[in-house]
Amino acid sequence: MTISTSDKPFLTRVKESENDHFMQQSVAKAQDAQWDKRTAAREELGNWEQWRDLGEQIRQHVIKYLPDYLEQFSDNVTKKGGHVFFAQTDEEAANYIKEIAKKKNAHKIVKSKSMVTTEIDLDKVLLSLPDTSLMETDLAEFILQEDDWDEPTHIVFPTLHKNRNQIQKVFKKLGYSGTNDPEEMAKFARKYLREYFMQADLGITGCNFAIADSGLINLVTNEGNADLTMAIPETQIVVMGMERIVPSLKEAEVLDNMLCRSAVGQKLTSYCSFSGKQVVGESDGPSDFYVVILDNGRSNALGTDFEPVLQCIRCGACLNVCPIYRHIGGHGYGSIYPGPIGAVLSPVLDGYEKFGDLPFASSLCAACTETCPVKIPLHNLLIKHREVMMDKLKMDHSFNNVLMKGAGVATSSPILFKMALEGDHLGSAPLSKSKKTTVDNLFNYGHIEKAPSLGAGWTNVRDLARPPKHSENFRSWYKKHKKEQQEGVSHD
Amino acid sequence: MKVAIFSTCVVDLLFPNVGQAMVEVLERFGCETALPTDQICCGQPTYNSGYRKESNKVFYNEIDALLSANADYIVGPAGSCVAMLREYPHILKDDPEYSQKAQELADKSYEFSQFLYNVLGVIDAGAQLDATATYHRSCHMTRLLGEKTAPFKLLEQVKDLKMVPLPHLENCCGFGGTFSVKEPEISKQMVDEKVDSVISTGAKILISADASCLMNIGGRFSRRNESIKIMHIAEVLNHNVDTSRIRYKDQPTTV
Repeated sequence: MTISTSDKPFLTRVKESENDHFMQQSVAKAQDAQWDKRTAAREELGNWEQWRDLGEQIRQHVIKYLPDYLEQFSDNVTKKGGHVFFAQTDEEAANYIKEIAKKKNAHKIVKSKSMVTTEIDLDKVLLSLPDTSLMETDLAEFILQEDDWDEPTHIVFPTLHKNRNQIQKVFKKLGYSGTNDPEEMAKFARKYLREYFMQADLGITGCNFAIADSGLINLVTNEGNADLTMAIPETQIVVMGMERIVPSLKEAEVLDNMLCRSAVGQKLTSYCSFSGKQVVGESDGPSDFYVVILDNGRSNALGTDFEPVLQCIRCGACLNVCPIYRHIGGHGYGSIYPGPIGAVLSPVLDGYEKFGDLPFASSLCAACTETCPVKIPLHNLLIKHREVMMDKLKMDHSFNNVLMKGAGVATSSPILFKMALEGDHLGSAPLSKSKKTTVDNLFNYGHIEKAPSLGAGWTNVRDLARPPKHSENFRSWYKKHKKEQQEGVSHD
Repeated sequence: MKVAIFSTCVVDLLFPNVGQAMVEVLERFGCETALPTDQICCGQPTYNSGYRKESNKVFYNEIDALLSANADYIVGPAGSCVAMLREYPHILKDDPEYSQKAQELADKSYEFSQFLYNVLGVIDAGAQLDATATYHRSCHMTRLLGEKTAPFKLLEQVKDLKMVPLPHLENCCGFGGTFSVKEPEISKQMVDEKVDSVISTGAKILISADASCLMNIGGRFSRRNESIKIMHIAEVLNHNVDTSRIRYKDQPTTV
């Protein structure tokens, strides 16, 4: 499996992100900008909540009847002379594609951005072929490729962590001598890539939606690179996750609308195409057409609590609202699928040993669930993952586990809780500080700067209020208050 | 109307001032209150950490305790904890003994400001507070409970109180229950951004409808030696009340 982007432990990645001020600033800036754009694009459409209901229904329906739709899609591709390959694993998929490249004697390959080809590590496999050039033609993926295959940090904006100076430096290696002006650099990339397009004999794209009743592939981009990748080379290979399917053009229209508004805050991207194998009378398009449909762990979710994760349309909106992603960035997650969707999907695809930390890296603020255009209950699925790890797999063998179970007992036994309420003020005496605090009306009974055990996580970052004496706590006040009321004593 | 006070473990353990203010405001508006003493906690600490089996016992205890008051409504000073009560029917939907009770509990549970504004129909609680303040919109209150309006409407009417908007209102403060102790490295960065946002408003008071978020943000203010006053919305609406100014939503603006 190759969805992993790092072998470093989770905490190390978090620390590295914290020190990467540029990354944090650019993520925050992008999140803020996208917030406004996305909100405006959704408001302009109107009735957004109803659109979400519709999006959810379409995706749930497809997942429920996935085998049928896949069969229909596959039949329709084959009928038009295309080929379909169902790959169980990343390796199977990559090898199949490699064999096609060999069979077609292809040496000049162009690709358009596709997370699923990153997932199967396709670039590396194809570059192992003799005399083969491979060019990522999505501007951001092109930059990553030329920067020694740097890992993407966002599923829609892969180079979110890079600034214009860094990009200028990358381009200089390719003979660029201009300024760090984005437009000038984009022009350079356009010209540079055009030659690769014109000479390519094999094009590889991802797939936004596969249309079951026609066998067509729907792609949305802002650069038009996917369209050229489909139109020019004689052979085209489409790689798609097995869930990326819609019944007909009608549903694709709904989902494209929601995808573009959610992903980039646009009504529609500059290019939105539906295509497949070249048919008689067409002047462009591939004469040889392959679709690789990938499972690679997706079927782990079928029939489980995690099935809704397959509804995802990869818009990345959940990353753009996530306060955790805002600080740890894509690399912090250590998966090519970062953010809330990544924290849910990565353990489904590749297990808890590798990605068990991710579901805990969430404050469960539910911003992801709120923004998801197809209503995946993301924060609830994070809790589900925690449940599987703690309750079913019993993965935590540390003292924290004992403490959490203790917390379960303490918060379900009224007698124990009442005892705690009586003893907590005195019990906290050795920890408390009488030192002046700058905060008014929070530490009315003192505060604690260093707590033991689990509490240390709290006091490593912030002060903790000391509990009041038993006679001064809320329940004691209430008892007195009620007594006074009954006795008819007035109080102020 | 009888209201059972859902005090929450945080208020029971740490913040009597919040519970007291809430009770006083509710009684001012004619509610007969009761405090079921067997209640403990909504169960988020264990449930959100993945300890499902242990959590069921917490849920059962809380449901039995809160329903035992036979009240018309159950009102709590925390959007997050009330949102959890509203989750019970989903979590316990297959529980033969508790699914019905969970629904009954959820149907009558409200967060304090939500209850005041939506159920009692109060727009002006009659409070006065001469200060500049900002409001932290807690995530569960907004997104899970779906209450985005009530606190703002009520605070708008507090006499002499100048409310300034908090930038990045939508971002979590980094509390997240056990998240704050399990992932302090990330939580710290989040709460720091929140503290910076509050400071940028120039507000002297930070208000919220969730005591836990206030405990987090205020705790970080203190650690950073930055000055702020923390007030729960119940305390604000209970401050210097002039009952002659009390006004309901369906009343005309000038009395």
